[in-house]
Amino acid sequence: MHPILFIVFLPLLAALVAGLTNKAAPPVFAKAVTTGALFISAALSWPIFLGFVGGSSEATVVPVLTWIQSGTLAFDWALRVDTLTAVMLVVINTVSALVHLYSWGYMDEDPDQPRFFAYLSLFTFAMLMLVTADNLVQMFFGWEGVGLASYLLIGFWFRKPSANAAAIKAFVVNRVGDLGFMLGIFGTYLVFDTVSITEILAAAPGMSGATIGFLGFTVQTMDVLCILLFIGAMGKSAQLGLHTWLPDAMEGPTPVSALIHAATMVTAGVFMVCRLSPMFETAPVALGMVTFIGAATCIFAATVGTTQWDIKRVIAYSTCSQLGYMFFAAGVGAYGVAMFHLFTHAFFKALLFLGAGSVIHAMHHEQDMRYYGELRKHIPLTFWAMMMGTLAITGVGIYHLGAGFAGFWSKDAILEVAYGRGTELGNFAFWMGTFAALLTSFYSWRLMFLTFWGKPRWIESEHIQHSVHKTPAEAGEDTTGGYHPHESPLSMLIPLGVLSIGAVLAGQIFAPTFLDDAAFWGSSIFYNEPLIHAMHGVPYLVKYAAFIVMLIGLFVAWLAYIKDTSIPGKTAEQLGPIYRFLYNKWYFDELYHYLFIVPAFWLGRQFWKLGDVGTIDRFGPNGIAWVVEKGAVGARRFQTGYLYSYALVMLLGLVAAITWVLF
Amino acid sequence: MEFPILSLMLAVPLAGAIACLFLGAHTARMVALVATLVDLALGVLLWLNYDIGGAQWQFTERAEIFAGFSYALGIDGIALMLIMLSVFLMPICILASWDAISKRVGEYMSAFLLMEVLMIGVFASQDMFLFYIFFEAGLIPMYLIIGVWGGDNRIYASYKFFLYTLLGSVLMLIAMLWMANEAGTTDIPTLLNYDFSPQAQTWLWLAFFASFAVKMPMWPVHTWLPDAHVQAPTAGSVILAGVLLKLGGYGFIRFSLPMFPEASAQFTWFVFVLSMIAVIYTSLVALVQSDMKKLIAYSSVAHMAIVTAGIFAFNAQGIEGAVMVMLGHGLVSGALFLCVGVIYDRLHTREIARYGGLAINMPRYALFFLLFTMASIGLPGTSNFVGEFLALAGLYKVSTLVTLVCTTGIILGAAYMLYLYRRVVFGLQVNEDAARMPDLNAREWAMLAPIAAAVLWMGVYPESFLAPMRQDIAALEARVARAAPDFDADNTIGTPREHNANYVGFAHGEARGEEGAH
Repeated sequence: MHPILFIVFLPLLAALVAGLTNKAAPPVFAKAVTTGALFISAALSWPIFLGFVGGSSEATVVPVLTWIQSGTLAFDWALRVDTLTAVMLVVINTVSALVHLYSWGYMDEDPDQPRFFAYLSLFTFAMLMLVTADNLVQMFFGWEGVGLASYLLIGFWFRKPSANAAAIKAFVVNRVGDLGFMLGIFGTYLVFDTVSITEILAAAPGMSGATIGFLGFTVQTMDVLCILLFIGAMGKSAQLGLHTWLPDAMEGPTPVSALIHAATMVTAGVFMVCRLSPMFETAPVALGMVTFIGAATCIFAATVGTTQWDIKRVIAYSTCSQLGYMFFAAGVGAYGVAMFHLFTHAFFKALLFLGAGSVIHAMHHEQDMRYYGELRKHIPLTFWAMMMGTLAITGVGIYHLGAGFAGFWSKDAILEVAYGRGTELGNFAFWMGTFAALLTSFYSWRLMFLTFWGKPRWIESEHIQHSVHKTPAEAGEDTTGGYHPHESPLSMLIPLGVLSIGAVLAGQIFAPTFLDDAAFWGSSIFYNEPLIHAMHGVPYLVKYAAFIVMLIGLFVAWLAYIKDTSIPGKTAEQLGPIYRFLYNKWYFDELYHYLFIVPAFWLGRQFWKLGDVGTIDRFGPNGIAWVVEKGAVGARRFQTGYLYSYALVMLLGLVAAITWVLF
Repeated sequence: MEFPILSLMLAVPLAGAIACLFLGAHTARMVALVATLVDLALGVLLWLNYDIGGAQWQFTERAEIFAGFSYALGIDGIALMLIMLSVFLMPICILASWDAISKRVGEYMSAFLLMEVLMIGVFASQDMFLFYIFFEAGLIPMYLIIGVWGGDNRIYASYKFFLYTLLGSVLMLIAMLWMANEAGTTDIPTLLNYDFSPQAQTWLWLAFFASFAVKMPMWPVHTWLPDAHVQAPTAGSVILAGVLLKLGGYGFIRFSLPMFPEASAQFTWFVFVLSMIAVIYTSLVALVQSDMKKLIAYSSVAHMAIVTAGIFAFNAQGIEGAVMVMLGHGLVSGALFLCVGVIYDRLHTREIARYGGLAINMPRYALFFLLFTMASIGLPGTSNFVGEFLALAGLYKVSTLVTLVCTTGIILGAAYMLYLYRRVVFGLQVNEDAARMPDLNAREWAMLAPIAAAVLWMGVYPESFLAPMRQDIAALEARVARAAPDFDADNTIGTPREHNANYVGFAHGEARGEEGAH
């Protein structure tokens, strides 16, 4: 049996066992089963990946079961393993295994632990089905499966109204993207007469000049198909317009944010574009859209990230922004580079989230950075882990030394390739990306300085007040309120340590493979050799751009949050409208509320009260009743409920009689 | 002559129905359960012995009665699947009524068994008038179930139900009489290949449409359904949603499409427009409901609109998808009504706001409810996805616009179902009496678990269900091909581009490469 079968189905099995036994067994049972399964899956994934790195593994498809056959629309359950899948396998299983382990500590006091671990494993299974899909419909299965798991995990604390609202929002907004995905699948099937990814990709170049009807217009076939599929990717990867669910998804427990809303699920859109890259390469307009949306998201999310106070929301917007980088890298044709950033980002972003979780754990569930401060002295290990993550995300590294943290390698490559692409859109993406890199550095260091430096501001937090049973007035001079942040247990620190290693080394080790090794990628993505050549050939100023803006961002953050802490308040006041615009996330939520939610409920009520009751019933059945009542005196006594049965029996008699007469 | 298994399947519940009239409450329940289980066993036997790829009509029986009107039974794959759905849901309905019905139990069970006879009869009929009798008579036990064992406003509901149905029935009857006269036969297999003149088809199609659209129900003749569901006892709702709503779709597939292909093509856009309105309109109405049963009833109308749109796509995917939606919806909406029934039995209210936080005191119930909610939303891996996906894929071949509008149903469906689930199962336990409700008992497990298994089976390995129908739907597709409508997504292959979209000439790369070393 191929190991991929174990990799994919062990998490499912574990989820079922843990979920169905639930509270019948002690929580440690569910925890051990799921975590054990994930560690086995992770251990089996790495050899496959390293095999592709070394060139010894070969792409293969493992059939599982017939799924649907209807006319020419036929596809099976099957697991495809190639380089692209192998990259995702190690990302998903490694992060998932570590998050499982981390949750032993983080969720220790939760009464619903078996349910939590079952959901986590279920998520992993669905994500694995997504990345091993050999046809578009199985990819959609995984796509919806991770959506379900995400819904369940965001709403895990189902007693909280905000968690429930966020869960529904995540599902429904994703469904808007799914609408595009589904139409994309239908269109692809119509054009290619198959949903097999291999066959579609092989036939795509021949279809590049074709035109097709869509909603009454005649348009370029490949462009419309790719745009529809990309709308699906926009939903899952929280790109501008369909991003509103991601910040709210932070209502879920922090390990969930690390696994689903940073490292794996939200990158599914990027994965999809890369998986279908030979198809997208036949669709210039669609790729232009991918580039533009990616660049726009990258800058939008970064601007919002600079103003948020909730530590998890800052990281969430950061994720949104980093996904934008991946998309515009794919948009300019550098799929390997996009995947490389996906790979490194998974490590350092999961690290940042788990680190944030460790801070929240230490600070009695307080998530507002205004109430942190000086924590580096109290939780040093968490501090150092977060430091590694921050160095990675801000892209610290020196080009001429050939040394840097993970983000340095992948983010710089993205900026270089955008510039090296040489088109206007590529330049636009480069400038947006560079400015976003400045903001990234600013908000990341802002997070670090607010959390770990300065004086403690803990007593202003309600959570801390509950813990120490004091009000700020009672605490007086002592702004700690006598609270003692405690370092997290080993089960949480080990994942932080492992991910720190990834954040430091993942770029350094794998850059040559991901960026330059065409043989490594094989036919799993569209590898654009001349473009990579152009990427390496950009001017030094471009190569150092990210590093320079990183220093600027760091300096500004130091100035505002360490040197003179009155600067942020003053700036916010001076830039009032702009600050409020950013702080309120460009008012997207408000806009959608009045554009979609309010009208939907209003229309629903109108259709019901004015349509069904006021018109159809009034002039239909009730109208007839009225006529009957007015017309035939005494008809009312027939309304016993049985009359109609008798009438029907009579009708049947009539059938018999007429039949008799006719024949 | 073959063993008359179809007649036996009619005879067993009929005997049970007669027996129940004379029995006490407890014995009647047992008799009903045994009779429905025997029928289920016979159904399984029927399925196992059905020869996939064999003759189109199998298990045929025929007895002349008078004047060309005959007792003719026989099934194809489509009928087989719908019969299976009926016999599968029946024992579950009896279980659902076990404690909930306490007055006139014998008559109630008798009505249910009679309904089973008539449902199987509809799907197995090979004679047009036999079909008509089963089709219309099936409503009598349903009236009784709503009118006698229903809720407070049962008279109004049964009255509405009657009025709508009557209109369609009369027109369909007249059309059938005319057809019998014209074609000189009432034999359905013969009529399937009889070509009526296009002018006649138009009128006949409209007459049949009047009846099927009401049964379906299609917008705007759907308003009987929410009232009927709200007033019916739980098991009544299950059968109503599970089987009775499928009669309309079955009618379209069995009569309208193959017998009047030209007229069907002519009215395709009429059906599409009604379906599109139904998806948007009833989904939005479902969103604002505060009564659980009404919400699910409105969602049924939206789902059935996918069925009508899929059938009129005139291709294999559309029609197979439509039948799969019918089967999936039969299971899932039936299960959702059972879920409502489970908590209705405990608290005697359907008001959504009276519940909340059930995940705390009824975790197993919450799990089943979640599964059926997700199936209703059409999550891949469940029955409804297969149907909706195929129906919409088939529809896309005909019209991208209609597909776009109908596919918005997946967004709206998620919104109203998750909103329902959130208010009932999630949140805090705001109502003390709801917080004290016990979790599922063994009887309720026995009702919900088989449906859950079937929903997953149909989602993961739908081949079991698609295979028996494949040949029949291919035949239907071939029959209507001559009238198939034009499609708007016409792909014209052009000259492929020379380069990929992100083609970079080497010259360009080198020009930029001058400044930077490698």
